[in-house]
Order: sequence, then C-alpha cells, then structure tokens
Amino acid sequence: MGLARQSYYYSPMTTTILIIGGGQAAAQAVDTLRRAGFDGRLVLVGDEPHLPYQRPPLSKQFLAGELAVDRLPFRHQAFYDGHQVELRLGKAAARIHRDTRRVVLGDGTEIAYDRLMLSTGAHSRALTCPGAELSGVHYLRGIGDVALIREGLKPGARVVIVGGGYIGLETAATARKLGCAVTALEMADRVMNRVVASSVSEYFAHEHRTQGVKIVCNTRVIRLEGSGSVERVVCADGSSYEADMLIVGVGAIPNTELAAQAELPCENGIVVDEYCRTADPAIYAAGDCTNHPSLRYGMRVRLESVDNAFEQGKTAALNMLDRVTVHDRVPWFWSDQFDNKLLIVGLSQGFDQQVLRGDPATRGFSVCYLKGGELIALEAVNHSKDYMAARKMIADRARPDADKLADPRIALKDTV
Amino acid sequence: MPKVVFIEPSGERREISAPVGISLMEAARQNGVDGILAQCGGACACATCHVYVSPSWMGKLEPRGEMEEGMLENAWHPRQNSRLSCQIPLTDALDGLEVTVPEQQG
Repeated sequence: MGLARQSYYYSPMTTTILIIGGGQAAAQAVDTLRRAGFDGRLVLVGDEPHLPYQRPPLSKQFLAGELAVDRLPFRHQAFYDGHQVELRLGKAAARIHRDTRRVVLGDGTEIAYDRLMLSTGAHSRALTCPGAELSGVHYLRGIGDVALIREGLKPGARVVIVGGGYIGLETAATARKLGCAVTALEMADRVMNRVVASSVSEYFAHEHRTQGVKIVCNTRVIRLEGSGSVERVVCADGSSYEADMLIVGVGAIPNTELAAQAELPCENGIVVDEYCRTADPAIYAAGDCTNHPSLRYGMRVRLESVDNAFEQGKTAALNMLDRVTVHDRVPWFWSDQFDNKLLIVGLSQGFDQQVLRGDPATRGFSVCYLKGGELIALEAVNHSKDYMAARKMIADRARPDADKLADPRIALKDTV
Repeated sequence: MPKVVFIEPSGERREISAPVGISLMEAARQNGVDGILAQCGGACACATCHVYVSPSWMGKLEPRGEMEEGMLENAWHPRQNSRLSCQIPLTDALDGLEVTVPEQQG
C-alpha cells in the first residue's frame, strides 16, 4: 500500500508494539510507526467493535444522518491488512503486568510487548441525581450511543439536553434541525462558559434561540422522573421540563483505570512527559487520557482534542522507536452549530486583556486574548482567516498592538 | 468510480479509485496518502488536507467557499491552485483529477 518510508534505526530490541485503545491517537500511531519503518509486530486492541473512527461527527453530521457509518473510520480495513496491523477490536484490556511486559485482555489472552502505548480516551461524566438510571437517558461518546439517540430524534419529540458545552449545543442544534422540541439546561450563567468569552456565549445562545432551541442557564438538574423511561426533568429552582429523551453532555473523565492499576502516576489523566512517556520507560500514552506538559503555556494540561490526540499519537510512535520527538503544540478546537463555525486556537487561561475584533451582529468576529502583551488565544466565529493567522502568531509568541487588534479592517497578521 | 491521482511529497504517484459522494480528502485518508493529515475530518477547521490542483483541472471545480478561502490564505505556502481537498466532493466528472500534496500542512 505504498507508504513512503523513511529509513532510520530503532532499537532492534523493539519487536512488538502494543496499542491499547482504538481512537484517533491509535490510528495515527499505527500510521506513523509503519511509515517510519517499524516492521515488527504491531497490535491494536480497542474495546469498541469498530475500526478506529472519528468522533467529532457523532454529534453533528453522523447524528443528523448525513454521514454514512462507513465514512467514519480514518482508514479502511485494507490499510491495516496491508500494513500487517493485528486488530483486536471489541476487546478490552484487563491488566498490565509491567514486570513481565504483558497485557492481559478481558478474555484471558496475553500479549507481550516491548513498547506499550495507552490511548484509552475518556468516558462521559454520568449524572448522579435520582432517576439517572431511567431509560431514555443518553450519553454521546461512541457509534453505539448515536444509534440509540437517533431513534428518538423524531419530529416533535421533546428532547432535553443537560449541559451547554460543545457536545450539548452541537447535539441541541442537530436535534432541532431534525424537528425536535429542544431544551438545553446549563448550570452556569452562560453556555460554553469554560471555553469561550461571554460575547461568544451570547452569540451562540442567540443563534440557538433564533432556531427555536430553548436555552436555560443558571439551572441545576436535581431529579429525573418517569416510570421506567424518563418523562420529566426537575431542577433545583423548582422548574421542570417534560422530556421524551434526555441527552447528557456534562464533561468527560479520562480512562486511567488500567494505568492506575499498574501503578503508573495518574492525576486527571495518565501523567506523561513531553515525549508522551509515562513513569515506565516502556509505556507511552497519547490523547484525551493524558495529563501532559504544554511547552507553549508552561503548565500541565489534559485536552479533549483531535489535534492533541493526533500529534501525541505521532510523537509517542516516534519515541517508541527511539526517534526523539517532543510534543509541542498550540492546541486548537472547533465546533459546528447550525450554520456557524466556532474556531478556537490556544489556551486563554491567565489572560490579562481581551479584545473584540468585529461586530457579532455581522456573524463574523473574533475575540483575542493577551497575556503580558503576547497573543495567547483566539476564538473566531465564522472567521477562518483570523483563526489561521492566530495559529502562527500564538506559536511565534507574537505581540500585537491592542488598538490595531480592535480594528477588524486591519488583517490580524498586520497587527504586530 | 472516478480515479484520482495524488502526487505525494516524495514524488510518488498514487492512483486511487473512490466512490462518488465522498470527498477528495476522504479518498486520500482512507488509503493513507502521505501528507494528507485531515485532522478535522472535513469540517474546514484545520487546513491539513491542502493540495495543489493540476492547473488544467482548476476550472472544472466549484470555486472555493468563503471559509475555505480564509483557511487557505494563511495556510502553508498557498498558491493560486490551492484547495482544501475536504471541500471537493468526488463526481464522475472528476475522473482523472490530479493533485499534488505539499511538503507541509497546517
């Protein structure tokens, strides 16, 4: 299958590489390993019965029924066959034996490794209030979840979304497009409050309301009622909402159980260094499950991000082959809601100045974040030009002029 | 099934037959064409599926949209014939389309 191979040397002792977890990071690691010339045994264990696939469309085009299931995988089966990748799909890993470098699967199979990569991802944070176990309460994480949710997204169905973050709002937009009566409940005083500026929150809340989504902030779900299946959502302020279906998007928790059992340090994620290496030099980790250093921001982070999974998968793969590579990225994220595209680059924590570029009423604007004069993050609403320019500027630690920034007629790259 | 040609950064020529309806990016990614990263999966949010379209084919494609235009303007080495391959749906009319993958993405 003609991968362009690069010649280089890796330790001849590395004959088996095992990857646990079959998402974006795993798919990228496999690709990188083979492309880099690793010709040893390569095994990928994934607990879902699917080829590694893209998750972002799950709350968008795939949920809407606009994207067929065979368009979700990154690569076709032929790719894995052609590169002698042993896929063990639908299999969970049960235990890592670090002393003998073996992993035991749930079915008792043992696989010995020279290098192990953990790309176990994250799982949805569950509601814990009374009634949370009722049927009709859904989480959106995998292909299997979507099939169940889609059945209920019929025109007129009353859909209550718990959580006004990316997943909640993307799902709300999709359900609304399918003709459902949608209510989104958010605990904080505005939607996406942890990830965007208030002007961006306001813009998206307005877009949703215009499209007929009911958005309620400052409200906390305390109880779900129904006989067998959810019928009503009750909030702390006494308000309640009739529901045929509930979709919960209240955050994700990294899958660290396997690593923790093996006594690898975990703290909001599997702790790795900038080489994606855990405390055990034979074990690496990549993607949403990792707590890793951000060199650009000088702090440890855990990111739920396609780019991070992709890049860490690649970095871990190269380092497993003793080709020393550092993970050093400016993170980026995006969200599609109705016909709006939100593009975010950088991390805004610790900013000391915020500058609005453009008028939200024009449906295209950006919010810039500065810290000590340096551009550290930018949120662009329907404005890909600012977003792309900011990617470079943030990496380069550019120091734009705040007055110029505020003038949308001046191209972002010309504000320095 | 239209057949499309990707010239990889190494110069290697990859001929791929892909079904109508998927994007040029998907055809590349499913088959592991070198240099097409396609991180966002076709959302027009990353500019890592950038290609240079063979000049004779430029006129046969739908023009770039506004979002794509903005992404490409600040992408790695944009040219007149730059496109994001995720924004090109494959049709029978594109049988024989030839694109070159740049040395870098993003």
